[in-house]
Amino acid sequence: MIVQALAFYLFAAIMVASAVMVISSRNPVHSVLFLILAFFNAAGLFVLLGAEFLAMILVVVYVGAVAVLFLFVVMMLDVNIAELRHGFLQYLPIGALIGLILLVELGMVAGAWVISPGAGAAAHLPIPPPDQVTNTAALGHVLYDHYVYLFQSAGLILLVAMVGAIVLTLRQREGVRRQSIARQISRRRDEAIEVKDVTSGSGV
Amino acid sequence: MNLFWEGYAWPTIVIVAQIIAMIVPLLVAVAYLTYAERKVIAAMQMRKGPNVVGPFGLLQPLADGVKLLFKETILPAGANRVVFILAPVLTFSLAMVAWSVIPVDEGWAIADINVGILFLFAISSLGVYGVIMAGWASNSKYPFLGALRSAAQMVSYEVSMGFVIITVLLCVGSLNLTDIVLAQRNVWFCVPLLPMFVIFFISTLAETNRAPFDLPEGESELVAGYFVEYSAMAFALFFLGEYANMILMSGMTTILFLGGWLPPLGFAPFTWIPGPIWFFAKVALVLFLFLWVRATFPRYRYDQLMRLGWKVFLPFSLLWVVVTAGALLAFGWLPK
Repeated sequence: MIVQALAFYLFAAIMVASAVMVISSRNPVHSVLFLILAFFNAAGLFVLLGAEFLAMILVVVYVGAVAVLFLFVVMMLDVNIAELRHGFLQYLPIGALIGLILLVELGMVAGAWVISPGAGAAAHLPIPPPDQVTNTAALGHVLYDHYVYLFQSAGLILLVAMVGAIVLTLRQREGVRRQSIARQISRRRDEAIEVKDVTSGSGV
Repeated sequence: MNLFWEGYAWPTIVIVAQIIAMIVPLLVAVAYLTYAERKVIAAMQMRKGPNVVGPFGLLQPLADGVKLLFKETILPAGANRVVFILAPVLTFSLAMVAWSVIPVDEGWAIADINVGILFLFAISSLGVYGVIMAGWASNSKYPFLGALRSAAQMVSYEVSMGFVIITVLLCVGSLNLTDIVLAQRNVWFCVPLLPMFVIFFISTLAETNRAPFDLPEGESELVAGYFVEYSAMAFALFFLGEYANMILMSGMTTILFLGGWLPPLGFAPFTWIPGPIWFFAKVALVLFLFLWVRATFPRYRYDQLMRLGWKVFLPFSLLWVVVTAGALLAFGWLPK
């Protein structure tokens, strides 16, 4: 137990510290790198909870894909720090408001726990004991057996979002030369080469 | 005292011993993979390869290592120091960390976790950070271009790799690496899933930035790509990381498609040979394919590389997932 408690405090402390560094570091690339560190420690906390599937998916999706794209964009931006400072004050009220709402919501979740401990268990599906079913299988049962239509519609919404993003950013440029590999391969010798007799002293 | 010894100290010692027993042979394998690469390519090009240091040039990797160790580490003036040093360390340590879940024989893994294949996939998808960080921190144009190429390339091929893994998982019904190997007792997955095996192998070439997909370090355009600015041990760490990743990917191919430690046929002369030897023989075979490809194929052009990843492999592997799932369901072969 001591080892687990130590691991928890280690992960939690690094996660909070790196989350603070995300918003306080001057260099945006460092911010993204700290964000990745925070994701990692969140994955560590998931593993301590016994939710190893969620931990791995967190690393694959957020660290392996989303943060790479973040980093990709941020690296190529020419960011002016002074301008950022200016914007910081301008957006501070909105940010503070969102933070406050999140804090109140978290408080309400914790409050519900304290006031009626049975409420949480009544609201959701019974969780099978972890020694009988791996949590991958348990998640699969919930998603594909009980909530399959909701799951499918979530997928459809994501598809629509993806199509929308592509439509918004697609630009048809004129005069772009594209390679057609099939056409290149299907070219024959007599279409490509013409043999000519050139008498010396005169051009083709 | 007794509780401390049995509860904490002894397990720690066992784990450290296991880690050392895994890492040391791995590092030796990495060193001799560089030697094997030079020898194999030399043989294919009718040269001799390294043959001066030691008998048959066998001490060449050590000589190279010592040379790199004693060179001066140069930090470019414009570089972002912390990230610059962190990048090779990250690349190298990620390549080592992934080996903690690889089962060399039944029960011979440091950690036989439930989600082993996801762990491997997660760690291999992190490899791109070493490259991006190196390219950005060098603060120089060739490394940056190399890093951008590499990031796009590795992210693209990860998608089709993910689908290949899903196909295998459909046939196994578990994310555990030992279960994946044991599910291949009757027939290795490279037989029924041959197209996916080919796609997976080509994707691993792209994922490890190996020829013919070594555009991130394309010498002719980018000098040496993302590690132009690195020297001495920092360079050596990138180099070791790349080769350790090659071995890791070969190990992954072996586990997913070539039946891990299982002998090719389940009767007498084959079963006499212990599992780890089969495992290493298969890894060596896949590594030989890596080297063979490098000696044979010219480098892909960048747009063709992207076309292959997104327009050929992705639709095909998606289709094959559907076909496999349909076949398993139709014939009632779904694993319990």
